[in-house]
Amino acid sequence: MIRQEQCTVISQNKLAENIYELTLQGELVHEMKEPGQFVHLKISGGYDPMLRRPISIAEILPDESRFKMIYRAEGRGTVMLSEKKPGDYADVLGPLGNGFPISEAGRGDTALLVGGGIGVPPLYELSKQLVSHGVKVIHVLGFQSASAVFYEEKFAQLGETYLATVDGSAGTKGFVTDVINKFKINFDVLYSCGPTPMLKALENQYSHKTVYLSLEERMGCGIGACFACVCHTGDDPDGYSYKKVCSDGPVFKAGEVVL
Amino acid sequence: MNSLNVSLPGLELKNPIMPASGCFGFGREFSQLYDLSQLGAIMIKATTFEPRFGNPTPRVAETSAGMLNAIGLQNPGLEKVVNEELVWLEQCNVPIIANVAGSQEEDYVAVAKKISASPNVHALELNISCPNVKTGGIAFGTIPEIAKNLTKKVKEVSEVPVYVKLSPNVTNIVEMAKAVEDGGADGLTMINTLVGMRIDLKTGNPILANRTGGLSGPAIKPVALRMIYEVSQQVSLPIIGMGGIESAEDVIEYFYAGASAVAVGTANFVDPFVCPKIIDRLPELIEKLGYEHISECIGRSWKKHEKAAHYCS
Repeated sequence: MIRQEQCTVISQNKLAENIYELTLQGELVHEMKEPGQFVHLKISGGYDPMLRRPISIAEILPDESRFKMIYRAEGRGTVMLSEKKPGDYADVLGPLGNGFPISEAGRGDTALLVGGGIGVPPLYELSKQLVSHGVKVIHVLGFQSASAVFYEEKFAQLGETYLATVDGSAGTKGFVTDVINKFKINFDVLYSCGPTPMLKALENQYSHKTVYLSLEERMGCGIGACFACVCHTGDDPDGYSYKKVCSDGPVFKAGEVVL
Repeated sequence: MNSLNVSLPGLELKNPIMPASGCFGFGREFSQLYDLSQLGAIMIKATTFEPRFGNPTPRVAETSAGMLNAIGLQNPGLEKVVNEELVWLEQCNVPIIANVAGSQEEDYVAVAKKISASPNVHALELNISCPNVKTGGIAFGTIPEIAKNLTKKVKEVSEVPVYVKLSPNVTNIVEMAKAVEDGGADGLTMINTLVGMRIDLKTGNPILANRTGGLSGPAIKPVALRMIYEVSQQVSLPIIGMGGIESAEDVIEYFYAGASAVAVGTANFVDPFVCPKIIDRLPELIEKLGYEHISECIGRSWKKHEKAAHYCS
């Protein structure tokens, strides 16, 4: 169920250049069912910024009623969010959307998790849950450069982890697809979150495989009412059929929607 | 005693608070959050004759104390709205105001005729003011004679009262209001969004794929109040006011300007529970201001003599 709650800031850590990890505490954590869901955050009480910001959930810690988000402080709203201190409050609406179906990977299967930039965070909770279900995980994480890399060790504790950077300053120089090809990585199910060109490349390369992709889009309400984050469906790419990224997604099976 | 019930053409409302069209879909999403029967009414998303996909994304952009949207009237079309959305809404036990849109007169007439026959549609909101569609729309909302004729045509076929939604993107709003009054409108809703733009600093391009969009939210409240203040003194039609309302205080301000009911739009995105919160808070505020009923607040900003009488009594 969707709840609105004033959550308490437990910690705020800078992980990389402009990348922050925020831990919040609140009862709505117990509503979080799937990795890949997101919350809609009201950062200040006033009009600056006015709208909520959709941010993915990086880790769910139900025993402590806490959850973590990792975000990039880029626009005015997220920069203000990065200034929050322990003890401050954040107005959270959530959990929202449908996440990654972990049951698509069975015990003993191999799941490949491919993240790009600020699309990496939701894969952490996904990886944890897959591992706890006996799934072997392989991570391929793409970043701009070494200064943007985060959570490398945490992913490495869960399974094989490869890095790709655009400038070659960490891991393999190039894109995530270069890494997958270079190391001839095999898998049963692929889960991915990141920039649309990356998702498109994966969808094209693995059209014969089971692939789930998490999309990003500017949102208004976050609950499906405003029609801001709509995309065409794969079986009716030029017609009137649509899916809403916020409430039908943000995770879709590859081919379900037009990227 | 109920201090909030209002009686308008076609609308016997338990309170004058309703979500604005385009900010509430067809109610399904918000019904997961609260009981919609608490609302005075619901203004459902604009319906066109044919289905519309709307504009490419990005469709929204934030601005200071407001937002721009260019959704482009996405909706499943008349048949589906009547046979699916309105049928589903029946269980919610709340009066519906159906927003009717189109790009040519025949479309408006066809939609108005059919949708007004739905049992839970108590009134129409004639959308002659959407800034985000390329054809039609805006001409109907900016040229008085065209607006008047369209109103007349829609009135001829509608089974329920017709409220015309005025665009603020005109030089003389009173002239538009008088024109649709002459056309036979039963009421006005005002205002629709103001046309605006934001530009991305990195790309140098407008943020919205449609380039321009409609500005809504608290930023436009002073414009709406001024327009309602002017129009309510010049025409005899009841006005449903909208533009940046997010609190009970805002509601009273709109009533003072001359509105007889209000719609809440953008605030639903910021706080999805805003409508029930306003409804809960209003009776207390009305009492604090010294009124027995919210209708006493209508037009107080210009009804100077009645205000004095109120204090004498």
